[in-house]
Amino acid sequence: MRKPITVLVSVDSNSVLLGARHFKNYLVDRLAYYNLTELVDVLETGSLGRYDRGVLFLVLPDNTLYGIKNTNDIDRFVEEQLLKGRPVKDLAVEEVKTPKSVEAKKVTEEERIVLKRAGKINPRNIEEYIALDGYQSLAKALKMRPEEIIAEIKESGLRGRGGAGFPTGLKWEFTMKVNAPEKFVICNADEGEPGTFKDRLIMEGDPHSVIEGMLIAGYAVGANKGYVYIRGEYYESVDNLRTAISQAYEYGLLGDNILGSGFSFDLTVRLGAGAYVCGEETALIESIEGKAGRPRLKPPYPPVKGLFQKPTVVNNVETFASVPAILLNGSNWFKSIGTPSSPGTKVFSLCGNLVRRGIVEAPMGTTVADLIYKYGGGIEGGKKLKMVQTGGAAGTFIKAEEISAPMDFDSFKTHGASLGSGVILAIDDSHCAVDVALNLMEFFAHESCGKCTPCREGTRLIVNMLKEFSKGRGSHEMLDNLYNVAYTMQNSAFCGLGQSVPVPLTSLLDRFRDEFEAHIDALECPSGVCKFEKKKKKTKR
Amino acid sequence: MSFEEVKKTVTEIYERVKLESLEERDNLINILHAIQEHYGNYIPLEAAEVLKELTGKSLSEIYEVLTFYTMFSTRRRGKYIIRVCKSLPCHVTGGAAVIEALKNGLGIDYGQTTEDGLFTLEESSCLGLCGVSPVMLINDEAYGNLTPEKVFQIIEEIRERERSDVK
Repeated sequence: MRKPITVLVSVDSNSVLLGARHFKNYLVDRLAYYNLTELVDVLETGSLGRYDRGVLFLVLPDNTLYGIKNTNDIDRFVEEQLLKGRPVKDLAVEEVKTPKSVEAKKVTEEERIVLKRAGKINPRNIEEYIALDGYQSLAKALKMRPEEIIAEIKESGLRGRGGAGFPTGLKWEFTMKVNAPEKFVICNADEGEPGTFKDRLIMEGDPHSVIEGMLIAGYAVGANKGYVYIRGEYYESVDNLRTAISQAYEYGLLGDNILGSGFSFDLTVRLGAGAYVCGEETALIESIEGKAGRPRLKPPYPPVKGLFQKPTVVNNVETFASVPAILLNGSNWFKSIGTPSSPGTKVFSLCGNLVRRGIVEAPMGTTVADLIYKYGGGIEGGKKLKMVQTGGAAGTFIKAEEISAPMDFDSFKTHGASLGSGVILAIDDSHCAVDVALNLMEFFAHESCGKCTPCREGTRLIVNMLKEFSKGRGSHEMLDNLYNVAYTMQNSAFCGLGQSVPVPLTSLLDRFRDEFEAHIDALECPSGVCKFEKKKKKTKR
Repeated sequence: MSFEEVKKTVTEIYERVKLESLEERDNLINILHAIQEHYGNYIPLEAAEVLKELTGKSLSEIYEVLTFYTMFSTRRRGKYIIRVCKSLPCHVTGGAAVIEALKNGLGIDYGQTTEDGLFTLEESSCLGLCGVSPVMLINDEAYGNLTPEKVFQIIEEIRERERSDVK
């Protein structure tokens, strides 16, 4: 039985950095001191969404949210809120409401899909997941025929949340239709896109939703084995997911003859070891097979020939986590959220020079402006917004004037903003476009796997040229050359990583051309970031 | 450390990790993680020889994996591996100054280890902690909202702890 009062402490990895574990222990000590242990439960939970106010405590049943920055705050919190029952006004945090979608007025904040339970349950306790409809969807699925499940997912219009936006139902159908004795399901949790931390928070806040989605996929396509491939650096995600998997085995939700249906499924975690390219699905497959993670030539695609040459479904964490709710509530419900071509919600990671950095789940089609000003609280330190990179490292940069762009899969075509993995990286006006380009391209040069020449050499050429610009040694010819290399890579690189390098680069060159030109013509960095070397006098050789 | 010792250790780890696998050939990277953890931050080259016998893979295949992934190292690294994020979200929130502070405070560049064998500095891509950037990871512990002052303080605390442990 739960005690009359519950204090939920957000203990995701970002909060731990703000002292969450320490604060929780301190709180438990104080409760013992005041003999409140019988009255108040203290539970760990996933992210409550923001980090600018310290560690968040959610008090139930009052549903008040507190931002805790130090142990003095906890003393006041215990004395005022718990002992005297009075709210501590200056510690209270106003909650960010999930917006109502323009298209579907009936959508309310209770209809968070992927993060429905994150921040409300203890992610390390399967019973709390089950208590909030957990594994209901699996039970329903096991009574359906695989074709019916796939039809429902296709009808819902769910598209892959890893960045590419491929229709999930279609992917599953390809795999289902291949006749093979053995098939696999892989969850791509190798989240390495700079700025993205949504998958981490789903795995840390609600790991069972990922497992349930994978089980449903396995049943639908006829697979009996699955892998979750997680970044090696994501220690907490690995921990929570491993705990969740062993609990699911205990409850008979993994293993043989699940819920008496005759369907069996085994699931295990595989760790990455530090390679961005392993987020590419065929590179990821190579890595599970115990090789260097270099992408394979496509076709054949994984649904036909994937892991160990067997048909394999590879989906992102967020995609799998969306599946249970769709099956439980139906495709029409899902389609009532978001936009016609991009139904549902998206989990956005808000980062950069924002007042409130953190995570928010909002309907597809929410504008960049809303994400920045409504949820992100605007730009930090009274500075001005200069640019926003949307979609991740391989996403586009838009100017401050363009932030009315909606975030959905089609936005790139009409507004030039890419949805990608849902990153909103706000950059203020103290930063220089050349420096931003250089930082980003150094990332790609570092992460290129080296398999194909356009990417291996192209990223290096681009970095070298940008370095020249940042030292005041750029030229107009070099500017043209940047475009040339970019387009060559776009058209000839082997995999999606190399092909997408030009997207952020050319969007910066197009939109901030004047700044690049200032580095050449006026020999100055308008933002004062780049340190130009003084021209050396020519010496006789 | 003799070859026989490495062989015994690696074989034990191999047998243990193999129990977690779903397929015969899916566990090389997990095994390498476990070996590296055992030796503390690096994988001795002899381990590759042992794995060659155990897995039937060629030595070049195993070396390729060892060198491809940035988390693995065949060189001895410091007791504390500092992975500092260089990516754009950290960069625009003050990451460059933090990296400068690290290099100055430790007196080393990327890929180097301090003379006392305590710290190895490595550059890292996004660590998925952009909510509290700039960020670094020291072994498996993360530090966020970094400033140059905070960096100096963290390094000094670790040094202090090490000094008192020695005594």
